Amino acid sequence: MIVDKLHTGREWIDQRFPLTKFWHDHMSKYYAPKNFNFWYYFGSLALLMLAVQIVSGIFLTMNYKPAAGTAFESVEYIMRDVNWGWLIRYIHSTGASFFFVVVYLHMFRALIYGSYRRPRELLWLFGMVIFGLLMAEAFMGYLLPWGQMSFWGAQVIISLFGAIPYIGDDLALWIRGDFVVADATLNRFFSFHVIAFPLLLIGIVLFHVISLHSVGSSNPDGIEIKDKKNEKGIPLDGIPFHPYYTVKDIVGVAGFLFLFAAVIFYAPEMGGWFLEKDNFVPANPLKTPEHIAPLWYFTPFYAILRAVPDKFLGVMAMGASIAVLFLLPWLDRSPVKSIRYKGPIFKTAIALFVISFLGLGYLGTVAATPVATMFSRLFSIIYFAFFLLMPYYSKHDKTKQPPERVNYK
Amino acid sequence: MSADDVDHGKRRILTAAATVMGGIGAAYVATPFVLSMDPSARAQAAGAPVDVDISKLQNGQLMTVEWRGKPVWILRRTDEMIKQLEELSSLMRDPGSEELTQQPHYAKNDYRSINPEYMVMIGLCTHLGCAPTYRPDLAPEDLGKGWKGGFFCPCHGSKYDLAGRVYTGVPAPSNLVVPAYRFVTETRLLIGVDPEGVS
Repeated sequence: MIVDKLHTGREWIDQRFPLTKFWHDHMSKYYAPKNFNFWYYFGSLALLMLAVQIVSGIFLTMNYKPAAGTAFESVEYIMRDVNWGWLIRYIHSTGASFFFVVVYLHMFRALIYGSYRRPRELLWLFGMVIFGLLMAEAFMGYLLPWGQMSFWGAQVIISLFGAIPYIGDDLALWIRGDFVVADATLNRFFSFHVIAFPLLLIGIVLFHVISLHSVGSSNPDGIEIKDKKNEKGIPLDGIPFHPYYTVKDIVGVAGFLFLFAAVIFYAPEMGGWFLEKDNFVPANPLKTPEHIAPLWYFTPFYAILRAVPDKFLGVMAMGASIAVLFLLPWLDRSPVKSIRYKGPIFKTAIALFVISFLGLGYLGTVAATPVATMFSRLFSIIYFAFFLLMPYYSKHDKTKQPPERVNYK
Repeated sequence: MSADDVDHGKRRILTAAATVMGGIGAAYVATPFVLSMDPSARAQAAGAPVDVDISKLQNGQLMTVEWRGKPVWILRRTDEMIKQLEELSSLMRDPGSEELTQQPHYAKNDYRSINPEYMVMIGLCTHLGCAPTYRPDLAPEDLGKGWKGGFFCPCHGSKYDLAGRVYTGVPAPSNLVVPAYRFVTETRLLIGVDPEGVS
C-alpha cells in the first residue's frame, strides 16, 4: 500500500524533475572500479568537511561581529557565553586543518596513481581551482578572530601583492580598503569568507564531481575500466557506487570522525598548530609578535617565499610553486599512470618530493636561521625539479606493463 | 525561409557586435562595485596630522604613536648614535637615501631627519609590512658582533640602522619610510604635514 503510494509519488516527481535519472547517473548506476583502496576515502571526506565547515560556519555567524572593535570580543563571547559555542567554534577551527589534511592526501592520491592524466586533465584543473579557493577561504577566515596572528598574517600576505611591479601598491590598497589592515579589511574578508568563496567553492566542487562522473573514476592500477565492458555496456571491473562505495565511505567517515572528535575535544589548539598562541592576544597594529608563521597548511609555500632573498622573486617563486601544480597533466609523459608500474626514477623522485614538501612545511614554521634558509633553498629546488624535470624523466623511466584488468584479490 | 537562405556571415557580425556591446555594458556595471572596495572617504579623511609632545623623550629612547593606523617611531638619538651612522654607510643598500619615495626631500640627508637628534619614521618593514623591533643593544648574541644598534624585523630577518636605512643582504628592498612632519616648537611635533614654507 505505502510502497505503491511512494512509487506513484516518485513517478509524479520524475515527470517534472529527473530525480530517478539523477540517482542512477550518480549513485546506483555510476560504475566505479572495484579495486579502490584506502587512498580513495579522501574525496568523499573532503565533501564531508565542506559540509561540516558550512554548517558550523552558519552557526558561528549568528554570534560573530565583523568589526575591528568587536570581533575579538565576540569570538570570546562565543567561547564562553554562547551555549555550546566553544564546540561549534572548535569544530570550525579544527575543521579547517582537517579539511587541508584530507585535501592534501586526496591530491597525493592523484599524484601517485596518475589520476590527473588524460582524460582527467580538466578534473584535475577543477580540483586545483578548489585548492586555490580553499587557501583563500582559509586565509580570510583566519583574519576574522582579529588576534595578533590574524592581523599580522593578513598584513604580510596582502603586502605580497605589493611586490607586483607598477600596480602592486594600488592593488594592495584596493584589497585592504584602507592604508593598513583595518576595519574595512575585516568587514570585506567576512563578506568573502561567508558568501563569495563558499558559493564559488560549492560551484566548482559540483563541476569537479560532474566531470568525475563523466570521465569515470581512476584506480590504483591506472587503467581504464571502460575499455572492457560486458554486453550491457557495463565495465567488467566496475561496481555500482551505491551500495558498494557508499557503504565503504561510511566506514571511512566513521573512522575519520573518531579522529576529528578526539582533536576537537582533547587538543583543539593542537599545541599551537591548529590555533596559534599569539592569536589569543587582540590585534595590535603597533606591535608584531616575536615570531610569526602562517598555519601549517601554508608553511611549505611560505618557506619557498622566504628561501628567496629578493622580495619580488620570492613572491613569484611562491606563486609558481602553486601554479606548477596546474600543469601536472602535461608534465607527466610516462606511458603508464600508476606508481605501481612506474620505474625507479619516478619512485625516487616522488620520495624526494615528499621529503622536500614536508621539510618545507616544517621550515616554514621556524625562525629563518642561516641553516634553516639553506635547507629551505635545497628543498625548494627539489620541489621545482620534481615538476620541471618530469617531462624528461617520466619519458625515459623503465616502466612495467600494466595488466589488462584491474588487480583485485 | 529555408536553411539555405540563412546569412551566417551576418549572424556572426550581429553576435559579435552584441557581445562587444554587452561586454562594455558589463564593464560599466562592474566599475562601481570594483571602486567601492577602494578606501572610503572616511578612511581617506582619517589621515589627520597627529600632535606629539616629545619633551619627555630621553636620550636613546624610542616612542611610538599611531598615525593613519600605522606605528610612527620617534627616536631621540645620542651624539654617539649620530656619529656612527657614517661608519655604517658601507653596509647599507641605499646609504644616501637616493630612493626618493622613502622620505620627503627635507629629510634626504645623512641623518634622514630635520633635526639629527630626532629620527621620525614609519615603523613598518618595507618587505612585507611587519613592525620591526628596536634593538639598541650593542653586539647581542642573535644579531652578531658588528651590531651597532638598529631595528630588526622578526618576520623575515630584515635589519635597519638607527636612521632606518636598510642593510644589504636582507629581504627588505628599501629604507624605512619617513613621513611628512614638522617641528611646531622644539618639543612638539606635528606628524602628517610638511614644515611651514616647504611644499
